[in-house]
Amino acid sequence: MIPIKTTNIDAVTAIAKTAKVLSMLALACTLLLGVGVAQAQDAEARLVIKEHKFVPAEIKVPANKKVKLVIENQDATAEEFESYELNREKVVPPKGQVTVFVGPLKPGRYPFFGDFNKDTAQGVLIAE
Amino acid sequence: MAGIAVLVFREVLEAALVVSVVFAATRGVPGRTRWIGAGIAAGVLGAVAVALSAGAIADAAAGMGQELFNATVLFAAVTMIAWHAIWMATHGKQLAMQMQSIGAEVAVGRRPLAALLIVVALAVLREGSEIVLFLFAQAVGGSGWIDIAGGIALGLAGGVATGLALYFGLLRIPVRHFFTATNWLLLLLAAGMASQAARFLVQADLLPSLGPRLWDTSALLSDRSLLGQTLHALIGYDAHPAGVQVVFYVVTGVLIAIGMRVWGRPRKRVSGAA
Repeated sequence: MIPIKTTNIDAVTAIAKTAKVLSMLALACTLLLGVGVAQAQDAEARLVIKEHKFVPAEIKVPANKKVKLVIENQDATAEEFESYELNREKVVPPKGQVTVFVGPLKPGRYPFFGDFNKDTAQGVLIAE
Repeated sequence: MAGIAVLVFREVLEAALVVSVVFAATRGVPGRTRWIGAGIAAGVLGAVAVALSAGAIADAAAGMGQELFNATVLFAAVTMIAWHAIWMATHGKQLAMQMQSIGAEVAVGRRPLAALLIVVALAVLREGSEIVLFLFAQAVGGSGWIDIAGGIALGLAGGVATGLALYFGLLRIPVRHFFTATNWLLLLLAAGMASQAARFLVQADLLPSLGPRLWDTSALLSDRSLLGQTLHALIGYDAHPAGVQVVFYVVTGVLIAIGMRVWGRPRKRVSGAA
């Protein structure tokens, strides 16, 4: 413990100011965490990549809500989940799983594809 | 082979356009080919390393390692481009004058090339790692070596040719406007990269989107068209950007412009060349 000298008013003010700044930072962090907690209410959807195809090839998600899209790759090779309509791209490692956040989306159809196997890996996300 | 060539072309194109802008921006610098060649080589090595650790990167940071990695790489490139653009704003006019008087290809003094070497390396690394992953998947998936080699050759040739076309197009800009033009191109390149970085952070839910789709110009110019992709790589065109992407784009552009204005203001001449 460092005793605070009553004579050293400058130091005390400085400490008080620092404390104020720190408490404001803490408040900001709490707010940010609040945003994090709100994620628990996001919708979740799951996609599997198997033999270079998406299963299911059509997936329904709620509209006007942020969606946590979990993509699992059961193949032995990497795939890249990509969608122009959703404005997303992410490599899904072999035997790996990734998460992509999309939306909130307006009701409609949002095609996606596997960039590494475009011939077979095609799907569409339907927001409704 | 066509499928392989198309994917390789698309990735090479993005990197080649960045390299072309950098190559143009370093016009007249002695040894620039060596510097940029080193950047490309470093990028290729980095791409292989990134592809090999794709699994580890994806799993890092609670599954958001890929987004964080991409955003970091992009922001690093933005910083390097900003630094170079601001440096050039202070020295560009002098350089252009010297080039006019003593010829374009004559040495016109030293310029910081390290920053641009990093920009080139990072661009090649980002696009290259996708090519490596893709080709590896193709090889494992049973594509023949002839298909793979042919695809690489065609894609690479197409991408490099487009890059060269851009470079020689830029060289047609009159010398006295040349560095102003390349500097603005660098500014837009950096702004576009900042917007892409923001998109990755939204994808990872680390940034609020501020409107997931601020506008939609895909009917006018699709992201998947060749022109759309070219403009995406060069000036960050996005047919339907999230709000925060636009914020990052504008803020980056304005900050660099301010930097160029503040440090690029004509100074009183030290040596009396009027």
